[in-house]
Amino acid sequence: MQVELTEAVWLDERGSVTLVELSQCSGLTQEELRDLMDLGAIEPIDAAATEPSFGAQCIVAARTACRLRDDFELDPQGLALVLSLLERVQELEDALQRLNARLPRMPR
Amino acid sequence: MKYKDYYAALGVEKTASADEIKKAYRKLARKYHPDVSKEKDAKEKFQEVSEAYETLKDPEKRAAYDQLGSYQPGQDFRPPPGWEQQFSQGGFTFDDVDLADLFAGLGGGRGFRGGGRARADMPIPGEDYEVQARITLEQAYRGTMLDLNLQVPEYDNQGRVHRVPVTFTARIPKGVSDGERLRLPGKGGKGMNGGRDGDLYLNISIAPHRLYRVSGRDVYLDVPLAPWEAVLGATIEIPTLGGTVRIKVKPGTQAGQQLRLAKRGLPKPGAEGDLYAIVQIAVPPDASEPEQALYTQLSQVSTFDPRRHFTTDTADASGTH
Repeated sequence: MQVELTEAVWLDERGSVTLVELSQCSGLTQEELRDLMDLGAIEPIDAAATEPSFGAQCIVAARTACRLRDDFELDPQGLALVLSLLERVQELEDALQRLNARLPRMPR
Repeated sequence: MKYKDYYAALGVEKTASADEIKKAYRKLARKYHPDVSKEKDAKEKFQEVSEAYETLKDPEKRAAYDQLGSYQPGQDFRPPPGWEQQFSQGGFTFDDVDLADLFAGLGGGRGFRGGGRARADMPIPGEDYEVQARITLEQAYRGTMLDLNLQVPEYDNQGRVHRVPVTFTARIPKGVSDGERLRLPGKGGKGMNGGRDGDLYLNISIAPHRLYRVSGRDVYLDVPLAPWEAVLGATIEIPTLGGTVRIKVKPGTQAGQQLRLAKRGLPKPGAEGDLYAIVQIAVPPDASEPEQALYTQLSQVSTFDPRRHFTTDTADASGTH
């Protein structure tokens, strides 16, 4: 067994990824990614660019999409819907956490 | 090899039809899928369910599984004589093989998410792994070393898969926040035929803290004040993640007011969080007689009515009817 030290890096240090890289990272095909782009589930940095590139956070969304595709046999329409609902759930949970953090706790 | 009861995992009879198996899987997948489920142990449960389904949905694999016979879950067993020749391409040593890997290997696949058949010389990128890591708020603030122990699949020369333990230490940069993902480049599965090594993604969660509450990179702290401190103002010491800080409380500070201490939350270059001190007015739980006497005196002297707005509101409301 080998023990070694690895530097963990911020996801956004990858900066942006190309369509090919996003496909490699996520397991979705480029065609599926383009479908998700057309449906607005994954947004490229510059929608007008011929070769789209994506923010590193898209890796998380695309990997989730790949798992959902495999495990629920979802088509791009269904995937886009689930992704947008998951994003909304996440936003609401974040908002709830922000509110909870502001709520004073009564001292014991 | 340890036996797993795939039918029990899906909650179906051994005689279940393909359709019943699919329905049972879909129902359980909706309940336990880690991307959508809030159930405890969702990840482990979903893994059991999807492993069972991977084998039982495929008629060939299901037949091979049925031929193994019935054992108690977790019981050590060996496949019956002839099983190997009938179903696999041979060469297995069953002792260190996980049942899931055995069935994933049948038919030439490369595990659950391998996806598609590959030509022998085609570069195959290594699998990306995702791991949950819970750290303390102090560790998030200062950065930390995290020992990771993973069981990862490894392929031998014949393409057979074995689970091997991998241990390494990851340096977590300071300032990670709850729910954030970090990437350990090249720490996923090994690529084959020149394919890139996979990455390891760490999903960070921060354990609840005795004093602080976290929101993104901002940190909130309740700061109780004695009534006289709130009225007269005071200089007090409060604990922050970076050490004790003295702050001035202005005279007439109200409960619920927030004092913002810039850049004293979780650090990240260009996106430092702030510390918010939320004022609470704390009352002595059992005031002594001299204290009570002073409060009595205060109540007689003071003209302050904290509920004056009640009467004003009531007067307004009566006019609307």
